[in-house]
Amino acid sequence: MTFLSYLISGISLGSVYAIIALGYTMVYGISKMLNFAHGDVIMVGAYVCFFATFRWNLPPVAGVLLAMVLCTILGVVIERLAYKPLRSAASLAVLITAIGVSYFLQNAAQLLWTSNPKVFTSVVGNGSVKLFGGQLSISVIAIVTIAACIIIMIALTWFTGMTKMGKAMRACSEDKGAAQLMGISVNFTISVTFAIGSALAAIAGVLLCSAYPTLMPTTGSMPGIKAFTAAVFGGIGSIPGAMIGGILLGLIEIFGKAYISTQLSDAIVFAVLIIVLLVKPTGLLGKQVHEKV
Amino acid sequence: MLKVDNINVYYGAIHAIKGVSLEVNEGEIVTLIGANGAGKSTVLKTISGLLRSKTGEIIFLDENICSLASHKIVERGLAQVPEGRRVFLQMTVQENLEMGAYTRRGNIKGTMEKVYAQFPRLLERRKQVAGTLSGGEQQMLVMGRALMSHPKLLMLDEPSMGLAPILVEQIFAIIQTLNKEGTSILLVEQNAQMALSIADRAYVLETGSIAVSGTGRELIESDNIRKAYLGG
Repeated sequence: MTFLSYLISGISLGSVYAIIALGYTMVYGISKMLNFAHGDVIMVGAYVCFFATFRWNLPPVAGVLLAMVLCTILGVVIERLAYKPLRSAASLAVLITAIGVSYFLQNAAQLLWTSNPKVFTSVVGNGSVKLFGGQLSISVIAIVTIAACIIIMIALTWFTGMTKMGKAMRACSEDKGAAQLMGISVNFTISVTFAIGSALAAIAGVLLCSAYPTLMPTTGSMPGIKAFTAAVFGGIGSIPGAMIGGILLGLIEIFGKAYISTQLSDAIVFAVLIIVLLVKPTGLLGKQVHEKV
Repeated sequence: MLKVDNINVYYGAIHAIKGVSLEVNEGEIVTLIGANGAGKSTVLKTISGLLRSKTGEIIFLDENICSLASHKIVERGLAQVPEGRRVFLQMTVQENLEMGAYTRRGNIKGTMEKVYAQFPRLLERRKQVAGTLSGGEQQMLVMGRALMSHPKLLMLDEPSMGLAPILVEQIFAIIQTLNKEGTSILLVEQNAQMALSIADRAYVLETGSIAVSGTGRELIESDNIRKAYLGG
């Protein structure tokens, strides 16, 4: 029974990583940059939801929606102001800018909301479902998180595979010049990608803080880095890769904590990443890049 | 229909295109030939809005398109088949064609059927990922993809590059058919012999400026052109 409950919390934590990793991987796919500020957008989303529901007493659904809207705007604005002017700059410059944006968001949050941790109350309450005569108890938030992850995965698969905009995104990630010649506006497509990634970050922030209720300006950074790891693990640029990478990472982390060592669990996570990359440098589902001459 | 007037394009400090002017009239096949590095592709990229000219103007259907974003230029009816094929390798043949019709609203089925009729090979491979196609098939796909936007003027950048002679002939036959059906053509080629044989008019580009121009026949018969570009 304890194994089963570890399994479920692993999948649940992994679902949060997966949702965050989707943002990393989609943005990387289209603009070939690592948006290290992505983790901090999660934190902003959680704060917005916190204030909406606990200070202004809005219903939780409204809080989540408000967080999504504001994070979407934040993501698009960050891209326009910080990354767009560097579209043709060296990738190192963009990377450093992204780290700068990350620090900016953390410090702005500290200024606005202080560094005192806030206690986030779960948007779905603290209930749990008891199975097997009470032997196995699954928290509602774990169920909601896993369900959200599945819905998001299905929606994104449909979006990128079936819609005109989604296909344009794939076209842009492959060849921006050719996409432009098709009449696709590359700038607009990149904005849409950032918008989707940031809205997902808001959802992830709320789910994360509902399960782990301490909210601080640095709340987003560790999950952000782990989700980035998950994206690389699954093969950066690949949407199913981000999902699988996220879930596996959550499982490794929880089982590592449960059966090996609580203190070493993060080390185990990163050790597994290193091993996977040694064996398969493009990640689990990473595509081999064909350079045609 | 298209009038390029005195454009100058720079790559940093390098003056790549020096005062080039050319014209394509409705219904014509015009070819732009020249050696490697003469600037042929640069001219096309400038017309498509991927590169900017410092001077002059580019008039397409009575509108100056010099400062338009490239996706707006496609909407006006000017499509480019880029050099080196550049299909979307990880997308299916059908998805590639759909991308060609990106600027169009409404039903594109009719156009797609026409393209499939023109290139039956693509219909057979419609569900296949474009990366698995042969070079000739990929060239057909990029041409079909450009046709999906219903262009009034189609610009082709070296469609014969890297293809077997028999395929080159096929591609050129298709270009002529498209032209007969009403699409004006601006063709950039290194294969001067082939290009001149189907062109109404031709321009020869030498290190960034137009050296000679005339009808296709005039250039084929000219001694200088024959020596420089047609191998004797």
